[in-house]
Amino acid sequence: MKHLLSTADLDRAGAVHVLDTAAEMAATQAREIKKLPTLRGRTVVNLFFEDSTRTRISFETAAKRLSADVINFSAKGSSVSKGESLKDTALTLQAMGADGIVVRHHASGAPHLLATAGWVDASVVNAGDGTHQHPTQALLDAFTIRRHLAGRGAAGAGASLDARSGVGLDLTGLHVAVVGDVLHSRVARSNVQLLTTLGARVTLVAPPTLVPVGVEAWPCAVSYDLDATLADSPDAVMMLRVQRERMSAAGGGFFPSPLEYSRLFGLDARRLATLADHAIVMHPGPMNRGLEISAEAADSVRSVIVEQVANGVAVRMAVLYLTLATKES
Amino acid sequence: MSSGMPMPGGGTTVLGAPEIARALTRIAHEILERNKGGDDLVLLGIPTRGLPLARRLAERLADVEPTLDVDSLVGELDITMYRDDLHRHPTRTIGSTTLPSGGIDDKIVVLVDDVLFSGRTIRAALDAIKDLGRPRAVQLAALVDRGHRELPIRPDYVGKNLPTSTSERVQVRLAEVDGDDAVTISQPGAAEVAR
Repeated sequence: MKHLLSTADLDRAGAVHVLDTAAEMAATQAREIKKLPTLRGRTVVNLFFEDSTRTRISFETAAKRLSADVINFSAKGSSVSKGESLKDTALTLQAMGADGIVVRHHASGAPHLLATAGWVDASVVNAGDGTHQHPTQALLDAFTIRRHLAGRGAAGAGASLDARSGVGLDLTGLHVAVVGDVLHSRVARSNVQLLTTLGARVTLVAPPTLVPVGVEAWPCAVSYDLDATLADSPDAVMMLRVQRERMSAAGGGFFPSPLEYSRLFGLDARRLATLADHAIVMHPGPMNRGLEISAEAADSVRSVIVEQVANGVAVRMAVLYLTLATKES
Repeated sequence: MSSGMPMPGGGTTVLGAPEIARALTRIAHEILERNKGGDDLVLLGIPTRGLPLARRLAERLADVEPTLDVDSLVGELDITMYRDDLHRHPTRTIGSTTLPSGGIDDKIVVLVDDVLFSGRTIRAALDAIKDLGRPRAVQLAALVDRGHRELPIRPDYVGKNLPTSTSERVQVRLAEVDGDDAVTISQPGAAEVAR
């Protein structure tokens, strides 16, 4: 695997291989000494044109746990704010000898351009581009779902698990509800592709104004009624953040009011109680508590939101290992 | 060291199943003799074929000293992430590392591998052990020592010394992995895939 640009690039065997590698990485993170020498001497540049805390820190942690050298580059306070083009930034990184570039960009397709334009030899990992893809987030979501639910006997949420739970399995037979601002969500796009590739059934739940045009071509069902979808007893419920920064002023006409959104599409204590015993609650973060998810749901025993962050490091270690450990021509 | 591909009809068999069994029994006795019993012993097998060898050795140790328990003797040590040649090969799949419940701190760790060749695998294993704990001593058992060391590493227990040329291929086959027990030497032929 030279680059990771989109979850559409992964077939089922490839995706399971990434998740299995992540499981072994996760197992090493329970040790006293968490650092591995695997990527010693390699340089990873975190190229972030968009604000991010957890993804950048997660990639930085992952690279450092594998002993790579990490250079953080954020557009704010760099020559990008002086008008430098992506090409010139890329050529600069190439001249400095970057082996891997983790890129987040507000324009969909920027990582693809970086990987294929011939400006750099480095491996490119997409850390979120516009409203297009966020593959490592989808991989960590799939990893979390698999760990809790794949091959599940009597286990489920809160059951005792180790890092290797679910290794070798895909997500056949599981039903995942993805709820909220699908329109602006690259997480939803990546997840629909990856979870379907892995054999799960995905239902998107959103108000009609927040469903993208062309969704009928996606391999998933669409519902406008959260209660009806929850009555279908999904195995995992993934709440998406309402991305108000991508909506023009004060909701931008996508929904009448935050309160109405919360009543119709928020995961509150009542809806939480209707979930099946084994079901898990997920959120890619950062959460708008009280809007798409209530504090009861976010802090309940079903919530795996904090674990998602920990799994994110393991998944990113796996992706960096698979893209950087070998020099493929 | 050996590849997972079976070689139909390839090579000369130098050890058969009875010889492998006798060699392992002898090594088990040598381990107990050298360490004055089985207290504080941990056998770490290096995947793929070191692991079943470690398990067989542990069963023999438990036969001799009934106080020993096979499961608390055997662990698995994957060294992929510690290799010094990762960038020269296609991506290697990472195996799992599992230690016995007692850990390896202050234990006598016996590394178990099928073929000892350049010594680089063992170098990587020593690095991996260093990150997992601090054993009192580390010893090395190999079913076959084929020579051509590239590092100052020597085995403590050897099943068989096999003088080879570097171009020859030594393959260990074990029932748990390959269906039968055998050690073969072959000359690289046309069908041979470079290791």
